Amino acid sequence: MDLVIIKYNAGNIQSVLYALERIGKEARVTDDPAAIRAADKVIFPGVGEASTAMDYLSARGLDQVIKSLTQPVLGICLGMQLMCSYSEENDTPCLGIFPERVRKFEPLVSGADARSSGADAILSGADAISSGASVKVPQIGWNNIYDLQTSLFAGVAEGSYCYFVHGYYASLGVHTIAKTDYVQPYSSALHKGNFYGVQFHPEKSAVTGEQIIKNFLNI
Amino acid sequence: MLTKRIIPCLDIKDGRTVKGINFENIRDAGDPVELGALYAAQGADEMVFLDITATNEKRKTLSELVNRIAHHLNIPFTVGGGISSVNDVSVLLHNGADKISVNTAAFRRPGLVAELAKEFGSQCVVLAIDTRREEDGNWYVYLNGGRVKTEKLCTDWAKEAVDRGAGEILLTSMNHDGTKQGFALDITRMLSEALPVPVIASGGGGAMSHFVDVFQQGAADAALAASIFHFKEIGIQELKGYLYQHQIPVRIDHAG
Repeated sequence: MDLVIIKYNAGNIQSVLYALERIGKEARVTDDPAAIRAADKVIFPGVGEASTAMDYLSARGLDQVIKSLTQPVLGICLGMQLMCSYSEENDTPCLGIFPERVRKFEPLVSGADARSSGADAILSGADAISSGASVKVPQIGWNNIYDLQTSLFAGVAEGSYCYFVHGYYASLGVHTIAKTDYVQPYSSALHKGNFYGVQFHPEKSAVTGEQIIKNFLNI
Repeated sequence: MLTKRIIPCLDIKDGRTVKGINFENIRDAGDPVELGALYAAQGADEMVFLDITATNEKRKTLSELVNRIAHHLNIPFTVGGGISSVNDVSVLLHNGADKISVNTAAFRRPGLVAELAKEFGSQCVVLAIDTRREEDGNWYVYLNGGRVKTEKLCTDWAKEAVDRGAGEILLTSMNHDGTKQGFALDITRMLSEALPVPVIASGGGGAMSHFVDVFQQGAADAALAASIFHFKEIGIQELKGYLYQHQIPVRIDHAG
């Protein structure tokens, strides 16, 4: 299988490569449009800032390449956000693969609780903010994913934990295939046709992340 | 919901863990890679590797070690110790570190924090602060591994560093470090409530109840410890089970 990681000014390309290596898969890192188009599967990673990343992609024509891909594509973190229609991060029009919009987390003070009860059954019953601390932005750490859909989450239990680092989130929409609660419920994964996106970092999410990467490679 | 993180810390010297670490069923207890992977398998949420040699000639050893860790560890990890430039950080991140921590060099030249945040993003810039409560009741910043006192208040420096772009604070209370009598709850809570970024509490964790206290009373986002894990006084799985029973949200895997 010809697996390609799109090379651009994103921070986590090495981590994705090593995660693939741990499950015995090799990938090529490239920004060559022909190589990307010809790949069996494409991973679109990302750690960074939306407008800088979009400028970089546009300057190389990679924005058009990504939109036109027909093989399975997995966007990770900023990669997923860039696949949405728009990001509030520096008022950035994005690729528009998913119509969902990317908004900034607004810090809440404890007490104001807009979170859904959707995941209550698998939580400890404790309230993360009952200690009196305000909700911090960005979200850093392990959080649950729930209402899991599509084969991307085959064998992944409802409420499994994944590692998140982000200050912006994709709102819920018709393409939501996983939800997470932070300030409010949001899309921790999106799917439309051949395109998949995850807000968390599967490459840093222990065995759960490895299962999700394997599932993507099996699509 | 977002869980509280448990973070084991390994001290590294010349590419090896500092001796005193006692594990059975491990081929080489001096190998940070193997120990890190073991902690990850036990449920550690992140790892911190602190290079206590951190001399220039050892930098290559460290970057090679970081590269090996990155190949093997499936959870995030932070590397700290003697980092003083954008180039230092660039090498570590390109070898696969997820975050770096800065301490003395950032205090000496606060512009470093902003440079790192601009170049690599705040999410990978952890500001480590060693602090001690003096007789006047105030918490002061200490440098050089606690050997040099400053006149700067811990809260002032933390706020300034966050304004400059630090994405997390790793707070070590020198009054508590090594005592196993519990974490510094008051300064941890003060920082956690004053700052918009996560605070990792360090120093003093000696019993499982101390971790409940630092999350509930100290409002910490994460807790770091070293010897109690290394000497198996507290197991990570055991600790997380205890926290869960005490209504602290923690990651306990559903065998995913």
